[in-house]
Amino acid sequence: MELTDWSMLELSSKLASKEISSIEATRASLDRIAKIDKKVGAFLKVDAEGALAQAQASDARRAAGKAAGPLDGVPIGLKDIFLTEGLETTCGSKILKGFIPPYDGTVVRLLKEAGLPILGKLNQDEFAMGSSSETSAFFPVHNPYDLTRTPGGSSGGSAAAVAAREAFGSLGTDTGGSIRQPASLTNLVGLKPTYGRVSRYGVIAFASSLDQVGPMTRTVADNAALLQILAVPDPLDSTAAKVPAADYRAELEGGVKGLTLGLPKEYFGQGIDPEVEAAVRAAAELYRKLGANVVEVSLPHTEYALATYYLLAPAECSSNLARYDGVRFGLRAQAPGATKGLKELYSQTREQGFGPEVKRRVMLGTYALSAGYYDAYYLKAQRVRTLIRQDFEKAFSQVDAILSPTSPVPAFGLGEKISDPLAMYLVDSLTLPCNLAGLPGLSMPGGFTRGGLPIGVQLLGKPFDEARLLRIARAFEREHDFISRKPAL
Amino acid sequence: MELKREDVRHVASLARLSLTPEEEEQYRAQLSAILDAVDQLKTLDTSAVEPTSHATLAESLLRPDVPRGPNDTEKLLSNAPARVGTSFAVPRILAGVE
Repeated sequence: MELTDWSMLELSSKLASKEISSIEATRASLDRIAKIDKKVGAFLKVDAEGALAQAQASDARRAAGKAAGPLDGVPIGLKDIFLTEGLETTCGSKILKGFIPPYDGTVVRLLKEAGLPILGKLNQDEFAMGSSSETSAFFPVHNPYDLTRTPGGSSGGSAAAVAAREAFGSLGTDTGGSIRQPASLTNLVGLKPTYGRVSRYGVIAFASSLDQVGPMTRTVADNAALLQILAVPDPLDSTAAKVPAADYRAELEGGVKGLTLGLPKEYFGQGIDPEVEAAVRAAAELYRKLGANVVEVSLPHTEYALATYYLLAPAECSSNLARYDGVRFGLRAQAPGATKGLKELYSQTREQGFGPEVKRRVMLGTYALSAGYYDAYYLKAQRVRTLIRQDFEKAFSQVDAILSPTSPVPAFGLGEKISDPLAMYLVDSLTLPCNLAGLPGLSMPGGFTRGGLPIGVQLLGKPFDEARLLRIARAFEREHDFISRKPAL
Repeated sequence: MELKREDVRHVASLARLSLTPEEEEQYRAQLSAILDAVDQLKTLDTSAVEPTSHATLAESLLRPDVPRGPNDTEKLLSNAPARVGTSFAVPRILAGVE
């Protein structure tokens, strides 16, 4: 096993025992990035100098017996949606090319305070709009398990970097599945915490009633350790919850005896790849053997979730993305028409700066919010959102967690769905209901297809029940060795 | 819902996007297809259902009302595409005014 294969917590214990320094670990990551990232395309920006300086400071803390926490010195990567002071942040868009944030987002500050060197900024779908990381304005990300396929999206760079052992862990964001779906396609643990669990101050907004930040790791315990750093109330984000964080690692080994898991019958319908379904059914069977009670539940409005999401998310994005106008930061159009007046400056800047998927969603959202259509589309979708939320409330009166596939299909080919928006949107159909209801959701490794592609299993939980989701995931992880199947790169 | 080109032009104007004619046609077709798909929601009777605007499950947080120092103007202006002094520079807004 190579250094870069270690989990975050394995590295942590070797840093604590001084078997290895953070500088050595950070160099190993940087070397791996230099060696393989041309093939993977996970990083938009590598900050070797910054990461090594943070690693050196970490080693000094450890030498003085003043480690900032268990993950002090463990290098990670950040999706390019997080504002990093002094380090270019583009959100995968041309409109932010060259943008140097004047401050750190709260989660970035928390990671720095906890001593984690930041290796760089990870590729993603433009403004997190996409399910394959192909809408990145710069270059697509390749799945480390099969370079001709997508690692999923929108946090595809965050997934690929960790799967390819370029980073020990990463952060992503999840608006309709953007952490869980890529985790599922790359053999990782990806957690979307409860809406409000993690601060979004300094996270570039996509759809503010849905967006949430979360960790992407190779093991469940790593995920818990990283969440522990992030789950802090934040006076700079009024949607960040006051609810105190649990000790996410305390009960990880508690098992599932006596817990009830629900299989939602609507999540096993048409369009689910048979090998994906078989892996989820096998996981359910294993949970039964481990002492859990597994029952069928119904979430009757599931079939309406996709349409609801594709009205609400674009509506919110059309409003959030109004700030990209060429005035205060980012691209300003230099075309002749752009100097005519302010409206031309806005329109030309946005026309040149946004890619096709972003324009499509801004157009769709603007339409759904426009005079005469607001009630029929936007308000209607908000009402259906209530029905979807109530479905979950009813289900969670009978079960402790819900078990389902994460993505209906394993990794698909690059180029396969990019020209058909509706086919691409279907990939999110099993992850986005959880965002509409604001619940925590986790994807964990569930095995491989015969062709060697990772399969993800999803767990959904009650509000602020992340500790239990992680414990359920850990009970499954203890029974398999999927992590050892690393990509051949 | 079959959108017309003029619908697309109207929405693009509201969204401050100056689309090319090719884009107008592409989005006309794609948005029409997406709107057809989301029309599925109309089959649900929601007359007695309250809308959910936000998934806020917990009480939201207000910070104590304590004055803080101002943000660093130079830092905030450092990304400005064009500036005059401590202002962002933009093209003339009012026509004919010198």
